[in-house]
Amino acid sequence: MNLRMGAAFLSLLGLFVSAYLYLYKIGRIGTLACGTGACETVQASVWSRFAGVEVALIGVVGYSALVLASLGSLQPSLLARRWPVTLLAGLAGVGVAFTAYLTYLELFVIHAICRWCVTSATIVVAVFVVALLELRGLSRRR
Amino acid sequence: MATSPGGLKRFYAVFLVLALAGLGALGYLLAKPATVSIPVNVTIQPSDTAGFHGYVKGDSAAPVEITEFADYQCPFCQTFDMLQMPAIDERLIKSGRLRWRYRDFPLQQHPFARLAAHSAACADEQGRYWEQHQRIYEGQADWAAARDASGMFRDYAKAIALDLGRYDACMSSGKFAGRIQASQEEGARLGVTSTPTLLVGGRLYTGHFDSDAIIHFVDSLAPRAAK
Repeated sequence: MNLRMGAAFLSLLGLFVSAYLYLYKIGRIGTLACGTGACETVQASVWSRFAGVEVALIGVVGYSALVLASLGSLQPSLLARRWPVTLLAGLAGVGVAFTAYLTYLELFVIHAICRWCVTSATIVVAVFVVALLELRGLSRRR
Repeated sequence: MATSPGGLKRFYAVFLVLALAGLGALGYLLAKPATVSIPVNVTIQPSDTAGFHGYVKGDSAAPVEITEFADYQCPFCQTFDMLQMPAIDERLIKSGRLRWRYRDFPLQQHPFARLAAHSAACADEQGRYWEQHQRIYEGQADWAAARDASGMFRDYAKAIALDLGRYDACMSSGKFAGRIQASQEEGARLGVTSTPTLLVGGRLYTGHFDSDAIIHFVDSLAPRAAK
């Protein structure tokens, strides 16, 4: 159960990171706190939209789903069930695949790295790993 | 691993505190006056340059055209614009003998050069390019020393009666970043390395220009160009 709590915390953090990027993208925050990175280059590129939707907004929706899935998996009636964690791992897996695509674009197409995107990538990978560890724990307990 | 109901309650309490802290931080960012920056090295799209080759003033049939590559934060550009351009404007441009084309060439060492160029581009969107251009150069000493110049550029936009909603949206979007980058790259391809640099008939001229020299220069070119 501690792993599920960890997933919930990580997902919440990811939600705020993507919300921050989305607010920047829609012009509600003037600048990104990016240090020496190239966040604005990435955010201003044509690749900051996917299928006509802001990537940051996809992040907000995705992390919201992860928050709900991880909180749902903590309900006492679901603690012994495998499917809530499988759902969490599945959602995080989709997030990892999408993040891998975005990281590829940053490295080889845009040639710029946004540290907030790296932060988000790290978080979604961490949620995925935590969900897999929880699944393995459930298997062992059976 | 089993966790007591008390542990779960603690988790929810901590989760709630973190959620509120995050919302508070985002709320603070939203409430803070927005500052703007314009990205460098953006990917230039065909739409950034389609049909756009600088800001032009003067008669399209003028026999001579001078292209100026300049940087809003460059002191020499400012001096040139403030002291020499009025005479050039009066004696050459308004009389239809010269067409002036202004191209952005933001230098890396000037942190607000792109922001200034973008501010002028956003004014151009509302048909007030040269007024904003003038204000930006006039105020160079003030905004160049500021921690954040975007507020001053916005004040200039307000002073020339731009629609501030459109201006803010334009600045936040960074929509002209690609155009500015394209202009800078085109100048670099032509051999521009400093500002101001003038391009006349395929030749680059650098240094300190004065209006008399440019008037004589146009006098010498105009008869040839007019043939």
